[in-house]
Amino acid sequence: MEETLLKTCLYDSHVALGAKMSPFAGFMMPIQYSGIIAEHLAVRQKVGMFDVSHMGEIFVSGPDAERFVNHIFTNEIRGFAPGKVLYGMMLYPDGGVVDDLLVYREYEPDHFLLVVNAANIAKDYRWMLDQAEGYDVKIDNQSDNWGQIAVQGPDAESKVVEVLGETKAKDTAFYEFYDSTYMGKRMIVSRTGYTGEDGFEIYTSVEGTQDIWQKMLDAGVTPCGLGCRDTLRFEAGLPLYGDELSPEITPVEAGLGMFCKLDKEEFIGKDVIALQKAEGTQKKLVGIGIADRAIPRAGYPVELEDGTQVGVVTTGYHSISLDKSICFALVKTEYAALGTPLWIRIRSRVFPGEVIKKRFYQTNYKK
Amino acid sequence: MSKVQEGLLYSESHEWVRVEGPNAFVGISDFAQEEMGDITYVDLPDLDNVLKGEEFGALESVKASSDLYSPVTGTVSERNLDLEDAPELLNEDPYGNWIIRVHLANPAELDDLMDAEAYAQFIAK
Repeated sequence: MEETLLKTCLYDSHVALGAKMSPFAGFMMPIQYSGIIAEHLAVRQKVGMFDVSHMGEIFVSGPDAERFVNHIFTNEIRGFAPGKVLYGMMLYPDGGVVDDLLVYREYEPDHFLLVVNAANIAKDYRWMLDQAEGYDVKIDNQSDNWGQIAVQGPDAESKVVEVLGETKAKDTAFYEFYDSTYMGKRMIVSRTGYTGEDGFEIYTSVEGTQDIWQKMLDAGVTPCGLGCRDTLRFEAGLPLYGDELSPEITPVEAGLGMFCKLDKEEFIGKDVIALQKAEGTQKKLVGIGIADRAIPRAGYPVELEDGTQVGVVTTGYHSISLDKSICFALVKTEYAALGTPLWIRIRSRVFPGEVIKKRFYQTNYKK
Repeated sequence: MSKVQEGLLYSESHEWVRVEGPNAFVGISDFAQEEMGDITYVDLPDLDNVLKGEEFGALESVKASSDLYSPVTGTVSERNLDLEDAPELLNEDPYGNWIIRVHLANPAELDDLMDAEAYAQFIAK
Protein backbone atom coordinates (compact mmCIF):
# COMPACT_ATOMS: atom_id res chain seq x y z
CA MET A 1 0.00 0.00 0.00
CA GLU A 2 2.58 2.53 1.13
CA GLU A 3 4.77 2.35 -1.96
CA THR A 4 1.87 3.40 -4.19
CA LEU A 5 1.34 6.59 -2.17
CA LEU A 6 2.90 9.83 -3.31
CA LYS A 7 5.21 11.88 -1.14
CA THR A 8 5.45 15.65 -1.08
CA CYS A 9 8.84 17.34 -1.34
CA LEU A 10 8.77 17.80 2.47
CA TYR A 11 8.19 14.13 3.32
CA ASP A 12 11.69 13.56 4.74
CA SER A 13 11.32 16.57 7.03
CA HIS A 14 7.98 15.30 8.36
CA VAL A 15 9.50 11.94 9.20
CA ALA A 16 12.54 13.57 10.80
CA LEU A 17 10.23 15.73 12.92
CA GLY A 18 8.49 12.58 14.16
CA ALA A 19 5.14 13.30 12.53
CA LYS A 20 2.37 10.73 12.60
CA MET A 21 1.98 10.00 8.88
CA SER A 22 -1.17 8.80 7.19
CA PRO A 23 -2.52 8.45 3.65
CA PHE A 24 -4.58 11.42 2.46
CA ALA A 25 -5.73 12.08 -1.10
CA GLY A 26 -3.16 9.63 -2.45
CA PHE A 27 -0.29 11.21 -0.54
CA MET A 28 1.49 10.14 2.63
CA MET A 29 0.83 13.23 4.75
CA PRO A 30 1.59 14.39 8.31
CA ILE A 31 -1.51 14.21 10.51
CA GLN A 32 0.18 15.67 13.57
CA TYR A 33 3.60 16.40 15.03
CA SER A 34 3.29 17.46 18.68
CA GLY A 35 -0.48 16.96 18.90
CA ILE A 36 -3.60 18.35 17.27
CA ILE A 37 -4.59 20.60 20.18
CA ALA A 38 -1.13 22.18 20.59
CA GLU A 39 -0.85 22.76 16.84
CA HIS A 40 -4.36 24.16 16.60
CA LEU A 41 -3.61 26.64 19.39
CA ALA A 42 -0.28 27.61 17.82
CA VAL A 43 -2.15 28.78 14.71
CA ARG A 44 -4.83 30.59 16.72
CA GLN A 45 -2.37 32.30 19.06
CA LYS A 46 0.98 32.60 17.24
CA VAL A 47 1.90 31.00 13.94
CA GLY A 48 1.91 27.53 12.42
CA MET A 49 2.68 26.13 8.99
CA PHE A 50 1.30 23.34 6.86
CA ASP A 51 2.80 21.36 4.03
CA VAL A 52 0.10 21.70 1.38
CA SER A 53 2.32 20.69 -1.51
CA HIS A 54 -0.21 17.99 -2.35
CA MET A 55 -2.61 20.66 -3.63
CA GLY A 56 -2.93 21.04 -7.39
CA GLU A 57 -1.69 23.96 -9.48
CA ILE A 58 -3.25 24.17 -12.92
CA PHE A 59 -2.31 27.10 -15.15
CA VAL A 60 -4.71 28.37 -17.80
CA SER A 61 -3.55 30.83 -20.45
CA GLY A 62 -4.36 31.98 -23.97
CA PRO A 63 -6.57 34.46 -25.79
CA ASP A 64 -9.75 32.81 -24.46
CA ALA A 65 -8.46 32.16 -20.95
CA GLU A 66 -10.75 34.62 -19.19
CA ARG A 67 -13.83 33.49 -21.06
CA PHE A 68 -12.95 29.84 -20.45
CA VAL A 69 -12.29 30.20 -16.72
CA ASN A 70 -15.51 32.15 -16.35
CA HIS A 71 -17.33 29.32 -18.15
CA ILE A 72 -16.17 26.61 -15.73
CA PHE A 73 -16.06 28.74 -12.55
CA THR A 74 -19.04 29.94 -10.51
CA ASN A 75 -17.59 33.24 -9.32
CA GLU A 76 -17.16 36.31 -11.58
CA ILE A 77 -13.61 36.86 -12.77
CA ARG A 78 -14.39 39.59 -15.27
CA GLY A 79 -13.37 42.96 -13.91
CA PHE A 80 -11.27 41.44 -11.20
CA ALA A 81 -7.77 42.84 -11.21
CA PRO A 82 -4.40 41.12 -11.65
CA GLY A 83 -2.95 40.13 -8.28
CA LYS A 84 -6.33 39.12 -6.89
CA VAL A 85 -7.60 35.72 -5.79
CA LEU A 86 -11.20 34.48 -5.93
CA TYR A 87 -12.85 31.47 -4.28
CA GLY A 88 -15.55 29.51 -6.08
CA MET A 89 -16.48 26.15 -7.53
CA MET A 90 -16.52 24.20 -10.75
CA LEU A 91 -19.91 22.55 -11.20
CA TYR A 92 -21.42 19.74 -13.20
CA PRO A 93 -24.43 20.77 -15.31
CA ASP A 94 -26.72 19.41 -12.54
CA GLY A 95 -25.20 21.78 -9.96
CA GLY A 96 -23.13 19.10 -8.19
CA VAL A 97 -19.60 20.16 -7.39
CA VAL A 98 -16.56 19.02 -9.41
CA ASP A 99 -14.31 20.86 -6.96
CA ASP A 100 -13.94 24.05 -4.98
CA LEU A 101 -10.91 26.10 -5.85
CA LEU A 102 -9.04 29.38 -5.87
CA VAL A 103 -8.54 31.32 -9.09
CA TYR A 104 -5.55 33.67 -9.28
CA ARG A 105 -5.56 36.33 -11.97
CA GLU A 106 -1.93 36.64 -12.88
CA TYR A 107 -0.14 39.90 -13.63
CA GLU A 108 0.56 38.62 -17.14
CA PRO A 109 -2.55 39.23 -19.26
CA ASP A 110 -4.66 36.15 -20.11
CA HIS A 111 -2.95 34.00 -17.46
CA PHE A 112 -4.72 32.33 -14.56
CA LEU A 113 -3.68 29.91 -11.86
CA LEU A 114 -6.30 27.50 -10.54
CA VAL A 115 -5.48 25.87 -7.20
CA VAL A 116 -7.49 22.69 -6.64
CA ASN A 117 -7.87 19.96 -4.03
CA ALA A 118 -5.24 17.23 -4.04
CA ALA A 119 -7.77 14.41 -4.28
CA ASN A 120 -9.29 16.01 -7.38
CA ILE A 121 -6.26 17.02 -9.45
CA ALA A 122 -6.61 14.35 -12.13
CA LYS A 123 -10.40 14.64 -12.26
CA ASP A 124 -10.29 18.46 -12.46
CA TYR A 125 -7.62 18.50 -15.13
CA ARG A 126 -9.60 16.04 -17.22
CA TRP A 127 -12.77 18.09 -16.64
CA MET A 128 -11.08 21.28 -17.79
CA LEU A 129 -9.70 19.65 -20.92
CA ASP A 130 -13.13 18.26 -21.73
CA GLN A 131 -14.76 21.68 -21.40
CA ALA A 132 -12.11 23.48 -23.43
CA GLU A 133 -13.36 22.59 -26.89
CA GLY A 134 -13.84 25.75 -28.91
CA TYR A 135 -11.71 27.87 -26.57
CA ASP A 136 -8.22 29.00 -27.52
CA VAL A 137 -6.55 28.10 -24.21
CA LYS A 138 -3.59 26.19 -22.89
CA ILE A 139 -4.28 24.12 -19.75
CA ASP A 140 -1.13 23.09 -17.98
CA ASN A 141 -1.17 20.85 -14.88
CA GLN A 142 2.01 21.83 -13.00
CA SER A 143 1.05 20.19 -9.68
CA ASP A 144 4.14 17.98 -9.51
CA ASN A 145 6.55 20.86 -10.02
CA TRP A 146 5.27 23.18 -7.31
CA GLY A 147 5.47 22.95 -3.56
CA GLN A 148 3.21 24.91 -1.28
CA ILE A 149 3.46 25.98 2.37
CA ALA A 150 0.62 27.66 4.26
CA VAL A 151 1.88 29.93 7.06
CA GLN A 152 -1.06 30.82 9.28
CA GLY A 153 -1.72 32.75 12.46
CA PRO A 154 -1.39 36.24 13.94
CA ASP A 155 2.42 36.19 13.56
CA ALA A 156 2.35 34.89 9.96
CA GLU A 157 3.11 38.24 8.36
CA SER A 158 6.24 38.90 10.42
CA LYS A 159 7.56 35.35 9.85
CA VAL A 160 6.93 35.50 6.10
CA VAL A 161 8.71 38.86 5.87
CA GLU A 162 11.60 37.56 7.98
CA VAL A 163 12.11 34.26 6.16
CA LEU A 164 11.55 35.47 2.59
CA GLY A 165 13.63 38.59 3.23
CA GLU A 166 11.20 40.88 1.42
CA THR A 167 8.50 43.15 2.80
CA LYS A 168 5.91 42.89 0.03
CA ALA A 169 3.77 40.57 2.15
CA LYS A 170 2.94 43.56 4.36
CA ASP A 171 1.29 45.39 1.49
CA THR A 172 -0.63 42.37 0.28
CA ALA A 173 -4.29 42.43 1.33
CA PHE A 174 -6.50 39.44 2.09
CA TYR A 175 -7.13 37.46 -1.11
CA GLU A 176 -4.33 39.20 -2.99
CA PHE A 177 -0.93 37.85 -4.04
CA TYR A 178 2.42 39.07 -5.23
CA ASP A 179 4.90 37.52 -7.64
CA SER A 180 8.54 37.03 -6.77
CA THR A 181 11.43 34.63 -7.19
CA TYR A 182 13.10 32.31 -4.70
CA MET A 183 16.33 30.43 -5.41
CA GLY A 184 16.01 31.53 -9.01
CA LYS A 185 12.52 30.11 -9.50
CA ARG A 186 9.13 31.71 -9.57
CA MET A 187 7.37 32.23 -6.22
CA ILE A 188 3.77 33.27 -5.59
CA VAL A 189 2.89 34.62 -2.13
CA SER A 190 -0.82 34.98 -1.48
CA ARG A 191 -2.65 36.21 1.59
CA THR A 192 -5.04 33.28 1.76
CA GLY A 193 -5.57 30.23 3.92
CA TYR A 194 -7.90 27.68 5.36
CA THR A 195 -7.78 28.32 9.09
CA GLY A 196 -9.84 31.44 9.87
CA GLU A 197 -6.66 33.32 10.78
CA ASP A 198 -4.55 35.78 8.85
CA GLY A 199 -1.87 34.03 6.85
CA PHE A 200 -0.09 33.32 3.60
CA GLU A 201 0.23 30.52 1.10
CA ILE A 202 3.63 30.35 -0.55
CA TYR A 203 3.96 28.54 -3.87
CA THR A 204 7.37 27.88 -5.35
CA SER A 205 9.71 25.20 -6.69
CA VAL A 206 10.35 21.96 -4.84
CA GLU A 207 13.84 23.12 -3.77
CA GLY A 208 12.56 26.52 -2.71
CA THR A 209 9.76 24.93 -0.70
CA GLN A 210 12.22 22.72 1.16
CA ASP A 211 14.44 25.70 1.91
CA ILE A 212 11.57 27.92 3.11
CA TRP A 213 10.17 25.11 5.28
CA GLN A 214 13.52 24.66 7.03
CA LYS A 215 13.95 28.41 7.54
CA MET A 216 10.44 28.65 8.97
CA LEU A 217 11.28 25.82 11.39
CA ASP A 218 14.45 27.64 12.39
CA ALA A 219 12.42 30.82 12.91
CA GLY A 220 10.20 28.99 15.40
CA VAL A 221 7.10 28.44 13.25
CA THR A 222 5.18 25.40 14.56
CA PRO A 223 4.81 22.60 11.99
CA CYS A 224 1.14 21.61 11.84
CA GLY A 225 -0.49 18.51 10.39
CA LEU A 226 -3.69 17.87 8.52
CA GLY A 227 -5.40 17.00 11.81
CA CYS A 228 -5.52 20.59 12.99
CA ARG A 229 -5.96 21.88 9.45
CA ASP A 230 -9.37 20.22 9.62
CA THR A 231 -10.27 21.42 13.13
CA LEU A 232 -9.24 24.98 12.21
CA ARG A 233 -11.13 25.18 8.93
CA PHE A 234 -14.16 23.59 10.57
CA GLU A 235 -14.33 26.17 13.37
CA ALA A 236 -14.02 28.94 10.79
CA GLY A 237 -17.06 27.57 8.96
CA LEU A 238 -15.09 26.57 5.85
CA PRO A 239 -16.25 23.57 3.82
CA LEU A 240 -14.14 20.55 2.91
CA TYR A 241 -14.70 18.95 -0.47
CA GLY A 242 -15.95 15.43 0.12
CA ASP A 243 -17.69 16.38 3.38
CA GLU A 244 -19.66 19.58 2.80
CA LEU A 245 -19.35 19.78 -1.00
CA SER A 246 -19.54 16.90 -3.45
CA PRO A 247 -21.17 15.85 -6.72
CA GLU A 248 -24.29 15.25 -4.56
CA ILE A 249 -24.18 18.53 -2.59
CA THR A 250 -24.62 21.81 -4.47
CA PRO A 251 -23.12 25.13 -3.32
CA VAL A 252 -26.60 26.44 -2.54
CA GLU A 253 -27.29 23.46 -0.28
CA ALA A 254 -23.91 24.03 1.38
CA GLY A 255 -24.75 27.69 2.04
CA LEU A 256 -22.15 28.89 -0.49
CA GLY A 257 -24.55 30.38 -3.02
CA MET A 258 -22.85 33.75 -2.68
CA PHE A 259 -19.89 32.35 -4.60
CA CYS A 260 -22.14 31.58 -7.59
CA LYS A 261 -22.82 34.78 -9.50
CA LEU A 262 -26.13 34.69 -11.32
CA ASP A 263 -25.50 38.01 -13.03
CA LYS A 264 -22.81 36.26 -15.07
CA GLU A 265 -23.82 35.50 -18.63
CA GLU A 266 -23.30 31.81 -18.07
CA PHE A 267 -21.32 29.14 -16.24
CA ILE A 268 -21.70 25.39 -16.16
CA GLY A 269 -24.47 24.54 -13.69
CA LYS A 270 -25.93 28.06 -13.63
CA ASP A 271 -29.50 26.99 -14.47
CA VAL A 272 -29.73 24.64 -11.50
CA ILE A 273 -28.13 27.14 -9.13
CA ALA A 274 -30.53 29.87 -10.31
CA LEU A 275 -33.49 27.56 -9.71
CA GLN A 276 -32.24 26.52 -6.27
CA LYS A 277 -31.61 30.11 -5.25
CA ALA A 278 -35.12 31.07 -6.38
CA GLU A 279 -37.05 28.10 -5.03
CA GLY A 280 -34.87 26.80 -2.21
CA THR A 281 -33.48 23.30 -1.76
CA GLN A 282 -34.65 20.11 -0.07
CA LYS A 283 -31.65 19.99 2.24
CA LYS A 284 -29.35 22.57 3.76
CA LEU A 285 -26.04 22.59 5.57
CA VAL A 286 -26.37 23.86 9.15
CA GLY A 287 -24.32 24.11 12.29
CA ILE A 288 -25.53 22.17 15.33
CA GLY A 289 -24.24 22.57 18.87
CA ILE A 290 -24.85 19.96 21.57
CA ALA A 291 -24.62 20.44 25.32
CA ASP A 292 -22.32 17.51 26.00
CA ARG A 293 -18.69 16.60 25.41
CA ALA A 294 -19.63 13.62 23.21
CA ILE A 295 -18.58 14.27 19.62
CA PRO A 296 -20.90 14.18 16.62
CA ARG A 297 -18.86 12.54 13.85
CA ALA A 298 -19.42 12.43 10.09
CA GLY A 299 -22.21 10.02 9.22
CA TYR A 300 -24.04 10.15 12.56
CA PRO A 301 -27.82 10.61 12.19
CA VAL A 302 -29.59 13.88 13.01
CA GLU A 303 -33.04 13.20 14.42
CA LEU A 304 -36.19 14.75 15.78
CA GLU A 305 -37.24 14.04 19.35
CA ASP A 306 -39.37 11.09 18.18
CA GLY A 307 -36.38 9.47 16.48
CA THR A 308 -37.25 10.38 12.88
CA GLN A 309 -34.04 10.97 10.95
CA VAL A 310 -33.93 14.37 9.23
CA GLY A 311 -30.27 14.67 8.39
CA VAL A 312 -26.70 13.52 8.75
CA VAL A 313 -23.53 14.96 10.28
CA THR A 314 -20.84 15.92 7.72
CA THR A 315 -18.03 17.08 10.07
CA GLY A 316 -17.98 17.32 13.85
CA TYR A 317 -15.54 17.97 16.65
CA HIS A 318 -15.27 18.98 20.22
CA SER A 319 -14.14 22.46 19.17
CA ILE A 320 -10.70 23.23 20.56
CA SER A 321 -11.08 27.01 20.54
CA LEU A 322 -14.63 27.05 21.90
CA ASP A 323 -14.61 23.96 24.15
CA LYS A 324 -18.00 22.93 22.73
CA SER A 325 -19.18 19.94 20.72
CA ILE A 326 -20.36 21.22 17.35
CA CYS A 327 -20.90 19.89 13.86
CA PHE A 328 -21.93 20.64 10.32
CA ALA A 329 -24.93 18.60 9.23
CA LEU A 330 -27.02 18.34 6.09
CA VAL A 331 -30.65 18.47 7.22
CA LYS A 332 -34.06 18.79 5.60
CA THR A 333 -34.60 22.48 4.96
CA GLU A 334 -37.66 22.73 7.23
CA TYR A 335 -35.37 22.01 10.19
CA ALA A 336 -32.57 24.39 9.17
CA ALA A 337 -33.69 27.59 10.94
CA LEU A 338 -31.43 28.91 13.71
CA GLY A 339 -32.58 27.68 17.10
CA THR A 340 -34.39 24.58 15.78
CA PRO A 341 -34.01 21.76 18.33
CA LEU A 342 -32.38 18.68 16.82
CA TRP A 343 -31.00 15.46 18.29
CA ILE A 344 -27.82 13.65 17.31
CA ARG A 345 -27.39 9.91 17.74
CA ILE A 346 -23.89 9.16 19.03
CA ARG A 347 -23.33 5.45 19.40
CA SER A 348 -26.21 4.14 21.54
CA ARG A 349 -27.29 7.48 22.96
CA VAL A 350 -29.11 10.53 21.67
CA PHE A 351 -27.96 14.04 22.55
CA PRO A 352 -30.14 17.16 22.30
CA GLY A 353 -28.81 20.18 20.45
CA GLU A 354 -29.91 23.10 18.34
CA VAL A 355 -29.16 24.75 15.03
CA ILE A 356 -26.49 27.44 15.42
CA LYS A 357 -24.50 29.63 13.03
CA LYS A 358 -22.02 27.70 10.90
CA ARG A 359 -19.18 30.11 11.46
CA PHE A 360 -18.44 28.88 14.95
CA TYR A 361 -15.28 30.91 15.40
CA GLN A 362 -14.82 34.65 14.85
CA THR A 363 -12.29 34.78 12.03
CA ASN A 364 -9.33 37.16 12.15
CA TYR A 365 -8.59 38.01 8.54
CA LYS A 366 -6.66 41.13 7.62
CA LYS A 367 -8.88 43.05 5.26
CA MET B 1 8.66 3.78 22.53
CA SER B 2 5.40 3.10 24.35
CA LYS B 3 5.78 2.21 27.99
CA VAL B 4 4.50 -1.12 29.27
CA GLN B 5 4.01 -1.30 33.02
CA GLU B 6 5.07 -4.43 34.88
CA GLY B 7 2.51 -6.17 37.06
CA LEU B 8 -0.48 -5.48 34.83
CA LEU B 9 -2.33 -7.74 32.42
CA TYR B 10 -3.06 -6.58 28.87
CA SER B 11 -5.63 -7.28 26.18
CA GLU B 12 -5.10 -7.29 22.42
CA SER B 13 -7.37 -4.25 22.23
CA HIS B 14 -4.84 -2.37 24.42
CA GLU B 15 -6.69 -2.25 27.73
CA TRP B 16 -4.78 -3.04 30.91
CA VAL B 17 -6.12 -4.84 33.99
CA ARG B 18 -4.89 -4.53 37.55
CA VAL B 19 -6.30 -7.23 39.81
CA GLU B 20 -7.00 -6.41 43.44
CA GLY B 21 -8.69 -9.26 45.24
CA PRO B 22 -12.10 -9.88 43.67
CA ASN B 23 -11.91 -6.68 41.62
CA ALA B 24 -10.12 -5.57 38.49
CA PHE B 25 -9.30 -2.00 37.52
CA VAL B 26 -9.35 -1.42 33.76
CA GLY B 27 -7.51 1.29 31.85
CA ILE B 28 -5.80 1.83 28.50
CA SER B 29 -2.16 1.29 27.68
CA ASP B 30 0.41 3.92 26.82
CA PHE B 31 0.43 2.53 23.29
CA ALA B 32 -3.34 3.11 23.06
CA GLN B 33 -3.18 6.70 24.25
CA GLU B 34 -0.32 7.45 21.85
CA GLU B 35 -2.31 6.03 18.98
CA MET B 36 -5.40 8.04 19.96
CA GLY B 37 -3.70 11.41 20.37
CA ASP B 38 -5.30 14.05 22.58
CA ILE B 39 -8.25 12.39 24.32
CA THR B 40 -11.13 14.83 24.72
CA TYR B 41 -14.00 12.69 26.01
CA VAL B 42 -14.53 9.45 27.86
CA ASP B 43 -17.90 7.78 27.42
CA LEU B 44 -18.28 5.81 30.67
CA PRO B 45 -20.65 2.85 31.05
CA ASP B 46 -23.57 2.52 33.46
CA LEU B 47 -23.01 0.57 36.66
CA ASP B 48 -24.01 -2.67 35.05
CA ASN B 49 -22.71 -5.97 33.80
CA VAL B 50 -19.95 -6.18 31.23
CA LEU B 51 -18.87 -9.19 29.24
CA LYS B 52 -15.34 -10.04 28.24
CA GLY B 53 -14.73 -8.76 24.72
CA GLU B 54 -17.81 -6.57 24.79
CA GLU B 55 -17.85 -2.83 24.27
CA PHE B 56 -18.23 -0.96 27.56
CA GLY B 57 -17.64 2.62 26.52
CA ALA B 58 -15.67 4.79 24.16
CA LEU B 59 -12.87 7.31 24.00
CA GLU B 60 -12.94 10.30 21.75
CA SER B 61 -9.83 12.03 20.55
CA VAL B 62 -9.91 15.16 18.43
CA LYS B 63 -9.80 13.08 15.31
CA ALA B 64 -11.59 9.83 16.02
CA SER B 65 -13.60 7.80 18.44
CA SER B 66 -12.48 4.42 19.63
CA ASP B 67 -14.53 1.80 21.44
CA LEU B 68 -13.39 0.35 24.74
CA TYR B 69 -13.62 -3.42 25.12
CA SER B 70 -13.84 -5.09 28.47
CA PRO B 71 -10.99 -7.53 29.03
CA VAL B 72 -13.02 -9.27 31.75
CA THR B 73 -16.59 -10.31 32.62
CA GLY B 74 -18.24 -8.87 35.70
CA THR B 75 -20.17 -5.98 37.15
CA VAL B 76 -18.97 -2.39 36.84
CA SER B 77 -18.78 -1.34 40.48
CA GLU B 78 -17.14 2.05 40.03
CA ARG B 79 -16.31 4.52 37.28
CA ASN B 80 -13.50 7.04 37.33
CA LEU B 81 -15.59 10.20 37.23
CA ASP B 82 -12.45 12.40 37.24
CA LEU B 83 -12.19 11.51 33.55
CA GLU B 84 -15.43 13.31 32.76
CA ASP B 85 -13.81 16.66 33.50
CA ALA B 86 -10.24 15.75 32.68
CA PRO B 87 -10.10 13.11 29.92
CA GLU B 88 -6.52 14.20 29.20
CA LEU B 89 -5.46 12.30 32.33
CA LEU B 90 -5.44 9.20 30.12
CA ASN B 91 -2.79 10.83 27.94
CA GLU B 92 -0.76 12.16 30.81
CA ASP B 93 -0.64 9.02 32.92
CA PRO B 94 -2.39 6.05 31.31
CA TYR B 95 -1.31 3.58 33.99
CA GLY B 96 -2.15 5.91 36.88
CA ASN B 97 -5.73 6.47 35.74
CA TRP B 98 -8.12 3.56 35.58
CA ILE B 99 -11.45 3.89 33.76
CA ILE B 100 -13.70 1.33 35.47
CA ARG B 101 -13.53 -1.10 38.37
CA VAL B 102 -15.12 -4.46 37.66
CA HIS B 103 -16.19 -7.04 40.20
CA LEU B 104 -14.94 -10.19 38.51
CA ALA B 105 -17.46 -12.89 37.66
CA ASN B 106 -14.95 -15.25 36.10
CA PRO B 107 -11.38 -14.76 37.37
CA ALA B 108 -10.21 -17.68 35.23
CA GLU B 109 -10.51 -15.36 32.21
CA LEU B 110 -7.45 -13.46 33.44
CA ASP B 111 -5.33 -16.34 32.14
CA ASP B 112 -6.24 -15.29 28.58
CA LEU B 113 -4.62 -11.88 28.99
CA MET B 114 -1.00 -11.05 28.26
CA ASP B 115 1.58 -10.16 30.87
CA ALA B 116 3.81 -7.13 30.39
CA GLU B 117 6.47 -9.02 28.50
CA ALA B 118 4.02 -10.63 26.10
CA TYR B 119 2.26 -7.33 25.53
CA ALA B 120 5.54 -5.55 24.82
CA GLN B 121 6.20 -8.12 22.11
CA PHE B 122 2.63 -7.80 20.84
CA ILE B 123 2.89 -4.06 20.24
CA ALA B 124 6.39 -4.35 18.80
CA LYS B 125 5.03 -6.40 15.89
